[in-house]
Amino acid sequence: MSLLEIRNLHAGVPGNPILRGINLRVDRGEVHAIMGPNGSGKSTLAGVLAGREAYAVSEGEVMYKDMNLLDLSPEDRAREGLFMAFQYPVEIPGVTNTYFLKAAINAIRKHRGQEELDAVEFLSLVKEKSKLVDIDHSLLNRPVNEGFSGGEKKRNEIFQMAVLDPTLAILDETDSGLDIDALRIVAEGVNKLRSKDNAVVVVTHYQRLLNYIIPDFVHVLMDGRIVKSGGKELALLLEERGYDWLSKEAALPAGAEQR
Amino acid sequence: MNTPAQSTEWYASRFALFEKTLNGASRSALHAQRRKSLAAFRAAGFPTTGDEEWRFTNVSAIAKTEFLPVTSHESAGVTADDIARFSVAGKDALQLVFINGLFSPSLSRLDRLPPGVTAGSLAEAIARDPSLVDLVFGSSGETEQNGFTALNGAFLIDGAYVHLTDGAHVDRPVHLLCLSAKGTSPFISNPRHLIIAGRNAHLSIVETYAGLGPSSYLTNAVTDVVVREGASLEHDAIQIESPGAFHVRSTRVRVEGRSSFTSNAITLGGALTRNNVRALFTGERAECTLNGLALGTGAQLIDNHTVIDHAVPACASHELYKSILDGEARGVFNGKIFVRPDAQKTDAKQTNKTLLLSDEATIDTKPQLEIFADDVKCTHGATVGQLDEDQLFYLRARGIGLSEAKDLLTVAFATDVINRVHVEPLRVQLETLLRSRLRQGRVAAEE
Repeated sequence: MSLLEIRNLHAGVPGNPILRGINLRVDRGEVHAIMGPNGSGKSTLAGVLAGREAYAVSEGEVMYKDMNLLDLSPEDRAREGLFMAFQYPVEIPGVTNTYFLKAAINAIRKHRGQEELDAVEFLSLVKEKSKLVDIDHSLLNRPVNEGFSGGEKKRNEIFQMAVLDPTLAILDETDSGLDIDALRIVAEGVNKLRSKDNAVVVVTHYQRLLNYIIPDFVHVLMDGRIVKSGGKELALLLEERGYDWLSKEAALPAGAEQR
Repeated sequence: MNTPAQSTEWYASRFALFEKTLNGASRSALHAQRRKSLAAFRAAGFPTTGDEEWRFTNVSAIAKTEFLPVTSHESAGVTADDIARFSVAGKDALQLVFINGLFSPSLSRLDRLPPGVTAGSLAEAIARDPSLVDLVFGSSGETEQNGFTALNGAFLIDGAYVHLTDGAHVDRPVHLLCLSAKGTSPFISNPRHLIIAGRNAHLSIVETYAGLGPSSYLTNAVTDVVVREGASLEHDAIQIESPGAFHVRSTRVRVEGRSSFTSNAITLGGALTRNNVRALFTGERAECTLNGLALGTGAQLIDNHTVIDHAVPACASHELYKSILDGEARGVFNGKIFVRPDAQKTDAKQTNKTLLLSDEATIDTKPQLEIFADDVKCTHGATVGQLDEDQLFYLRARGIGLSEAKDLLTVAFATDVINRVHVEPLRVQLETLLRSRLRQGRVAAEE
């Protein structure tokens, strides 16, 4: 059984179907890239997997660790090791980064039947993980994302990912708004967290990020369907030729392009 | 049902009984003032929703109840452990304890008073210096007397007297802990506090009002504050009364030139709360800050009324009141700011923010700026909102459960008021209290 298996997923917002039959399997140890033009449904897919209530699923199912993922609340998904790095991380005035992270990690540990971390254990974990993404320590005691630059916010997402140590990480356009140095740091952070036990799904518009996070599989999402799947070389092809040449294939029935 | 006249006659009859216990003391200047106050109370009665200032706050439940005025010291089995639960700043704090409005020397802790500081019972202070009566009844402008303050004056027996001589500093907070003990029949306590910071003196006062049991009572408190020239005074009031309690409190402040006064009023308990804060500037270049936080759950009603009177030029006032309302709780905020004709260069800012956690909770908010000078800066703003869905999702997407996420954001909303409390151990205590009240409110709602 795969870590994640999406079968014929249809989802959208009321009156507007966005995903129209997604099929995808992700196993432990793999990195998948989901690419596609604007409006193809990439962020919707990430949002549905993380449990955004704005989206309604009309058909299909998502199995994660042998559980029906769509039956789980967003917090239970996170506690079961699913992590989404937000495209637009939310600012939360009045809640410090460290307080927030401690609440998160202890909620997850409690769910797993582990002891909560005390202040000392937590701080040493934070110290260790903050090195991975080279995050400025002063940011940790500031309110979550408040007044952070775009790059700092994205770095903070990867820092949270490092601390929470997910089984399945979904990076939703983590590269957008990043300069090349920030991109490299974020990518290096992700690469250090890759292991045979976890999986990463990178959602991106551009091939650029995939120079740093080398995917095992690349899927092209257009009009709510995966129209083409391939190896990392597919990303380079897209960089060269754009998405237009795939438009016709979007009309093909879903499933034909399953890897 | 009692008519207003009947409710005033109940207190008149209790007053007559109280008077008989006084013997010679009934000829004192203090008692003459009590009689005047009783007459004022009988004339005014309890306010009704027909009074503009009480439009949203119906006190008929108070008027209907025959509350027994507490006139004698019965410590009612209150122990040191009861006190410890509500202490701030540990063993270091100066602490005056009042049980049902009456001073309890044995439970108070007033050792090592710094030089220039007097702190103790107001009744004893008046006994030592009868001229204080004029200050108690005269300092605060009896003109804005309402039924509640008049009733407080009629049954004025005790309260705190805190006095700092010119230049005196107290580095520890002075804590006035007003506890309502368990009681079988409904009772009313009428604590009356007088706080005077001499010129250039510096003081932090914390007033806590708490209930020790599920009894029916009315706390009808009055605090008069005088901040002399150049002095600075922080006044924190924490209300954690029993769930069935009524709490009506008036704080009247005289802010003299170049002085600074800050009030932080935190309301967490009680069934019905009305806080009146009235600050009068009497000298130039003074500053007055009024902050408030109200957390209402269930069917609580919390009403904060403030008046800032810019009677002289070049003073600054800042106001931040926040309400968090859940269940069927109701909030009221009324912020009046007068800028008198000569009060040029006034700088007044008022902000009122409300977080509604349920569909049934309501807030009535009313800024009232009456500006008669032309060279002034006055702003006011009111917002009413709900928890942010995106913030909630962000927290949940990191594993934090829905109710914990709500609490986290709710406490975050309150944080900027709590952070304005400078007494650090109190700040910590407040955050803990806020979290536990939110949990209690949620549990009650789920039942």
